[in-house]
Amino acid sequence: MANSNHTTRRTVLGLAGGAAALVIVRPVDATPAMLQAAIRNVVGEANVRTGKVKLDIPPLVENGNTVPMTVSVLSPMTADEYVKSIHIFNEKNPQPNIGNFYLGPRAGRAQISTRIRLADSQKVTAIARLSDDTFWSATADVVVTLAACTEEAT
Amino acid sequence: MPSALINIPKKAKRGDVIEIKTLMSHIMETGYRHTASGSVVPRDIITSFTCRFNGTEVFRADLYPAIAANPFITFFTTVTESGKFEFEWIGDKGFSETAQASITVE
Repeated sequence: MANSNHTTRRTVLGLAGGAAALVIVRPVDATPAMLQAAIRNVVGEANVRTGKVKLDIPPLVENGNTVPMTVSVLSPMTADEYVKSIHIFNEKNPQPNIGNFYLGPRAGRAQISTRIRLADSQKVTAIARLSDDTFWSATADVVVTLAACTEEAT
Repeated sequence: MPSALINIPKKAKRGDVIEIKTLMSHIMETGYRHTASGSVVPRDIITSFTCRFNGTEVFRADLYPAIAANPFITFFTTVTESGKFEFEWIGDKGFSETAQASITVE
């Protein structure tokens, strides 16, 4: 009797602990599953191959609040062969998406730059969709000394 | 006070590929920060940026909280005729700003 009570209490506590961990952890970090889901949302069932995309981002940044980043895609940018869009994802921010950029044949050059926030040292992935609906990607590791998002607002 | 900075060449040759640099001042509050008292600071970001040339869309972007404050976006476009670029930023809390820039093509 006492033994079964003990087990029940432990089970209940374990469950409660697990639930609390889920509630606390989930909003803080995008999990690999969230990243995969976000990528699937964009590419669907298509294969994502490595190559053609160049992701220029500093390997070591001091301040995660503004990280300069440039993505360029190898493409002739003609009416028949061009980049439709560029999608940027991260591993460990609260949300896996960073930005979607829609280009067209008249862009002339498949290159975009922006500044992003990184909440932690992590991987950043850029995926390009070409006019033939193939997907190409590049991934870069970034080490962040001072993370974004974590400081208290004043 | 929102304000935009646009950088494009004033003149270009027909068929040139030009770079367009844009910056819009905006806090880009992520919605993930807390005040000292523990309450969440509500999200306030720009969610969409569009560039049109003589009325035709040439570039568009969806922005997320991971875009740094004062969104800076640069991209390229081919110019075929003189005309006007129109830029539009749309965001949370009814944020909506526009800017324009003209180019002469020879």
